[in-house]
Formats: sequence, C-alpha cells, structure tokens
Amino acid sequence: MARGQAGTTGRRKANGAADTSSKGAAGPTKEELLGYYREMLLIRRFEERAGQLYGMGLIGGFCHLYIGQEAIAVGVEAAKKPGDEIITGYRDHGHMLTCGMDPKEVMAELTGRIGGSSKGKGGSMHMFSTEAAFYGGHGIVGAQVPLGTGLALANWYREDGKVSFAFFGDGAANQGQVYEAFNMAELWKLPVVYVIENNQYAMGTAIQRSSSETRLHKRGVSFGIPGEEVDGMDVLAVKAAAEKAADYARSGKGPYILEMKTYRYRGHSMSDPAKYRTREEVDEVRKTRDPIDHVEELLEKNGWADEATLKAIDADVKKIVADAAEFARTSPEPDPSELYTDVYTDVAAQGGRA
Amino acid sequence: MPALSPTMEEGTLAKWHVKVGDTVKSGDVIAEIETDKATMEVEAVDEGVVSAILVPEGSEEVKVNTPIARLGGEGGAAAASAPAPVEKPAVASEAAAGDPEKQPPEAAKPKPEGEGATPVTPKVELRDPELPEGVSLVKTTVRDALRDAMAEEMRADGDVFLMGEEVAQYQGAYKVSRGLLDEFGPKRVIDTPITEYGFAGLGVGAAMAGLKPIVEFMTFNFAMQAIDHIINSAAKTLYMSGGQIKASIVFRGPNGAAARVAAQHSQDYAAWYGHVPGLKVIAPYDAADAKGLLKAAIRDPNPVVFLEHEMLYGQEFDVPEGIDWVVPIGKAKVRREGTGVTLVAYSRMVGFCLQAAEELAKEGIEAEVVDLRTIRPMDIETVVESVKKTNRLVTVEEGWGPMGVGAEVAAKVTELAFDYLDAPPLRVHQEDVPLPYAANLEAMSMPSVERIVKAAKAVSYK
Repeated sequence: MARGQAGTTGRRKANGAADTSSKGAAGPTKEELLGYYREMLLIRRFEERAGQLYGMGLIGGFCHLYIGQEAIAVGVEAAKKPGDEIITGYRDHGHMLTCGMDPKEVMAELTGRIGGSSKGKGGSMHMFSTEAAFYGGHGIVGAQVPLGTGLALANWYREDGKVSFAFFGDGAANQGQVYEAFNMAELWKLPVVYVIENNQYAMGTAIQRSSSETRLHKRGVSFGIPGEEVDGMDVLAVKAAAEKAADYARSGKGPYILEMKTYRYRGHSMSDPAKYRTREEVDEVRKTRDPIDHVEELLEKNGWADEATLKAIDADVKKIVADAAEFARTSPEPDPSELYTDVYTDVAAQGGRA
Repeated sequence: MPALSPTMEEGTLAKWHVKVGDTVKSGDVIAEIETDKATMEVEAVDEGVVSAILVPEGSEEVKVNTPIARLGGEGGAAAASAPAPVEKPAVASEAAAGDPEKQPPEAAKPKPEGEGATPVTPKVELRDPELPEGVSLVKTTVRDALRDAMAEEMRADGDVFLMGEEVAQYQGAYKVSRGLLDEFGPKRVIDTPITEYGFAGLGVGAAMAGLKPIVEFMTFNFAMQAIDHIINSAAKTLYMSGGQIKASIVFRGPNGAAARVAAQHSQDYAAWYGHVPGLKVIAPYDAADAKGLLKAAIRDPNPVVFLEHEMLYGQEFDVPEGIDWVVPIGKAKVRREGTGVTLVAYSRMVGFCLQAAEELAKEGIEAEVVDLRTIRPMDIETVVESVKKTNRLVTVEEGWGPMGVGAEVAAKVTELAFDYLDAPPLRVHQEDVPLPYAANLEAMSMPSVERIVKAAKAVSYK
C-alpha cells in the first residue's frame, strides 16, 4: 500500500539526511530523548482527554486532534532557537503544548472558559502566545503560509537572526496562496522553514486523489526552494532535518521545505467517521510506526529508561492532563462584559456609539 | 454516550466490540455508534477492564452523556488519578444538569442592542487639531498629500514600510509613492509580484510580528483576492487571541469608479469593509483629510482600510504646512452648514454634494453637507445633530444601494431621530447594475449632482 511505502521511504531518506547534517555530531543525550518522550506523551494524553471532553459535550464545535503526528511538533521545537516563531493551521494543540503554552490554558480554551489562552473567544483553532512566539492557530486552510512568511519578512526587515516555521498540511499544500508566499519568500530570501505535515489525507481525500504531484517536498522546485522528505514519525529525523533547514534559512539563503511523512490516527475532526480508510491501515501505522513507541524503543535499547522511569513520566503527564482538564471544567465562562472587548485595541472604536 | 459531532444530541448504540471482563487499552475500538451524521467507532481513551455494559447493543435515541459502560481501572492509583473514560460521562452529565455554574450564564445570551450587551462607549470628543497661528495653507493634490503622509510617518517610525505592486521603481501606478524609494530604499519600499492574496498575507504576518506595514493595492478591486487576509487574518485576530495579537496595518489604494474602466475596475467597497468589526474604514475627500487621516491610520494599532479615489488624486486643496497634521479617525466633518436638508456622503461624493448644495441654494434650499470621512467607526452623532436641525436626510454613495452605507445611515437616523424627520430618508447611489462601459450608460448608472438635487428636493417636498 502507498502508505507503507511512503513510510519506509521516508524513514530511510530522513536518516540519510540526518546523517549528513549531523556527521560527527553526538546523538541525542539521555535527557534529550527522555524529554522528547515526555513531550510526545503529553500531547497524546492531552489529545485523548480533549477527545473525551468533547464526547462529554464540554468542548464544542470543531476539534482536530494531533494524535499520531507528535514527533513533528516536538522535533521541530527541539531544533528551534529562542525567539524563532511558529505558526500553524487548526490542528494546533500539539504545537501549543511543545512551545511552552500552559496545558491548563490550552484545555480551558477548548472548553471556552475565561482561563483559556484567548479568554475563551478563540477556541480550538485560534490560540496564540506572543511570549512563546506562537502565532496561531488559523482556521482558513493555507492562510498561515503567507502569514508565517510575513513573520519571516519581519525577521528579515529587523535582521534579528530569527527563523519562522510555518506548518501546514498536505491539503493546504494545494492552496494558491501557498505558492504566492513561496515566490516572495525565495525572491526576497526570507528566513522561513515550511513544514508540510503530510498525514496523507486532506479531511477525507487521500493525497493521490487531490494532488497531481504527491511528492510535496518538490513543490518548491519552480521557485528554486530546496525541499526534502523526512520521516515525520521519527522525532530525531525531524529534529535533524529542522536544524539543517533552519541553519539554511538563518544564513540568508532563503526558505526551505520539509515534507514530514506522518499519519493521523483519529478522524479529521471529532465528527469524522474516517470511512475513507480502513481500520487495518490505521492499526498498521500504530503498530509499526508509532512515534512514541519508537522513542521508547530507543530509550530501552540504550538502557536509559527502565519501566519505573517510564511509569513515573506517564504518571506525571497524566497528572498534568488531569489538572488541565479539571481547570478547563471549573474555570468560569467569560464574563458577558468580555463580549465587546478586544474587537479593537481602543474601547472608543468599538462601535455601539449609538 | 459521547457527543461525536457538534450537532449530535442522541445516538444509537449499534454494536459493542467488548464484553464484560475484557481488558481494553487506549485506542481500542469499544463500540460503534450511529450519530446524526454517520456511524462512528468509539475508542477507549485509557486502559482498564470493562466491568459493566449499561446500554445494550441496538439501543436507540440514547441521549448524549448517558453512561454506556463502566470501566474499572487497572490499579487503584491509576484509576484515581485518571478515572476510566466511560465513567466520566455520568459525572459530566450530573454536573451539566445540576450545577448552575456549568450552564451558560443568562447574561451571556445576546441581548437586543441597548439592553446591556452593547458597551457604554466612553464619549470621546474628537475634533480636528487647531491650526496654530502663522501656519500657512499650501495648495496640494490629494496624491501628494498621501505621499507626504507616508513619508512623514516613515521618517518618524522605522517600523513603517510600504509594499505593493509598482510602489518602488515605477514610483507608484498612480504616482502616489513617487520619491519614496529614493528616500527610504528598497527595504522599506517594496515592489511585490502581482499576488494580492499572498502579499496581503505577508503584510498581516509582519504586522502580527510588530511592524507597521502599509499595503498598497493598485485598486481595491484587486483586493477582493486578498479580502480573506484583510478580514479573517487582520480584523479578527485581536479578538480571537483574547487581545494578544495586534495588527497595526494599513490597506490603502484607490476605490470606486474611475472613468470608462467598466464593471470589474469600478467598485466601491466602503460598505463591504464597513460591515466588519475589527476594521477601521476611512474614505477621505480633500487633501488635508487624506494626509491627516492617513497619518492617523498608520499610527493606529488596529487594521485600517483606507479608501482613496482615483478621480480625486489630481485635485488640489489647502493643506496645513510645517506641522504634524493628524486628523482623528471616527469624526465626521460638516463641510457646509445649512438648515434645509442634510446631505451625507464620503470620498468623491462629498464634492458632488457641495456642488448640489450650490444648485439647491439657488432654489432656496440651504443644504448641510456632512462628510463622514470615517465609515467605521461611524460618527452618527454628527449626522443626527444635523438631521435634528434640517429634519431631512439624503445619503449619497458611489456604491450600490442595497445593504449600503446609506442604508446604515438611514437606519441609524430613523432609530435615533425618528421624531425629527419630516420625510422618509432617500438614498442616492449607483444603479443596481455592474458599472457599464458605454459612456451614456455609465453616466446613467453613477450618482450625479442632478440626482442629488432631485433627491434633496423630493425630501423637501419641492
């Protein structure tokens, strides 16, 4: 099946890329690897709980879970330098958690409470943190690509050495505005890394049914933007590729495209029965390519984590998630007075004048 | 029964995949549920042993949040810190039903305007700056006034830059940015490719990062390609981020009909953008306002749509020289005083109204001309004060009538000054057709001095 091939190819190629870029460099330390494990586990447990709260009616509307794609957010985060910006679409909870946003605030935003990071006014798809240089959370497919390129334009303008990471999916990769942004980014050599999270389904449409060129890392060719395919289920491959791409962008050479081959275990959103793929296909990925299992194996192979250590991490993560869920349940809804705040920066402009 | 779609209220438990005594772990499919949309597989979110099936297979109309099974934890500690998922709904259900705090507060429901939900806006007295003694007025074209505004703000603030098609080397498609490249260099005066959607998005992204871009559209007709970023990215993000992400950005360019350029190049977008909370919308008439309001727009921390008019670019007006001339956003200007009828307009139509007022004066009707200057937030108070004096209202706009700026003004005046009106308000606007190319049809379609005079006489019953 295509997915199997894609996965295998991806891992092999990515390792090759990682080897080249990190020649002579040491592999991950024990602390690093344990950290990735913990971060990925936090995302997974958080998302599982979000799914549960959705089922209980505490989360409304759209809710797109990141389960299966954890290695991408965590691997890129590990490659980032302080101040580097990130921006993504609506499958965004994983990025929020890895960039340092408080799980309580993220969960409370999902439940639409005042304790949420947007005071309950944004919801699952619209969270931001200027502190963490996280610029959303955008609900219009592909819009984050020009916006993320604009963040890079600001870095270029200020010559501050920062790189912007713009994440988008295989669905967004077909949007026209993506290519308008590619063109300007290369034209002006803007420091931006485009991270395509290719989970192989744009909602219910398999990539082969939506894309004339399915090797998305080649989509920059006509603009002169280099790109490579990466095993998005391998956090080390992701990190190595992201470091290489960021170095390239930071050095003034312009944008870089990383196509992360990944897979989402859940439906597109909570209400997606995912009938466009088989249960077996999902199970196969879970069994053979799971990003968390992969790190667990590495930890065990190196003798870096016994069962007790992993259990302790597990318990710690569960507690963080349980606390977040409790906070999200008990934080009050926004005060009615919040209805008209934040429309403008100045209250006088908020209409209602007459 | 979990909610599996935004609209689901009840479901059918089609099939159980587990039985009592089975051990399940996270991700295992435990049941199939038919929702209002589809049949969904329900996965366990934690490990444990199924201790009871509470809703048998085939049960229909099971309400959301009804417990369907009970899951016992593996170990006591784990179960306590993270209780099994399917037990949770019972708790949530009780909480939702019994705890008034979990219900949406009564006050959160939208209320009709004027009943508390609408904020009491602090009254800010906005007025044009006083001209200090000795300041001279210099005849300046609207085109140069706009250029001067940008140049002054770019000199004052290194975060301000201009981007758009032909703004740099070509010196501006309409020569508005003439000379800016020479003074500020290619980093601050950026020629873009012809990709409105993309470069508007880049501008908004740069604004989110704290810069203050001026994005020029060659005309606002082309900004329709970029309207998603103007509205979804620029206007809504402050609100969606709970006040965290600001976008200090100006979208500017000519708006409305030039001459003989036909339907696709001749549209007035004031009503479109005026509709959107989060945007400020400005449409100046003379050169002093063009300069003073553009400077205010560039300094404003909110996204501003600044609608210019090609037919006004070459017109000369007095502009104060040698001072930091900033006109407040949100304040209308009475351009001609009168007691007979109120004419409300913006942009080029203000000039038409002033001409119409001269015609009307010959027939004994003294018109008061109110230049809105800012479409949003709209200074309806100045309009209402005028109508209280004249008791008659005619609105004039270049755009189409339905759902237009005039419709909004008329609705507000009817609401706030109904008892003062001696006649139903009339709207003068472009005919309800795409603007024709043929000279005669184009003239028939556009608002004219003659039509304004006619409407003013009609509301005056003369």
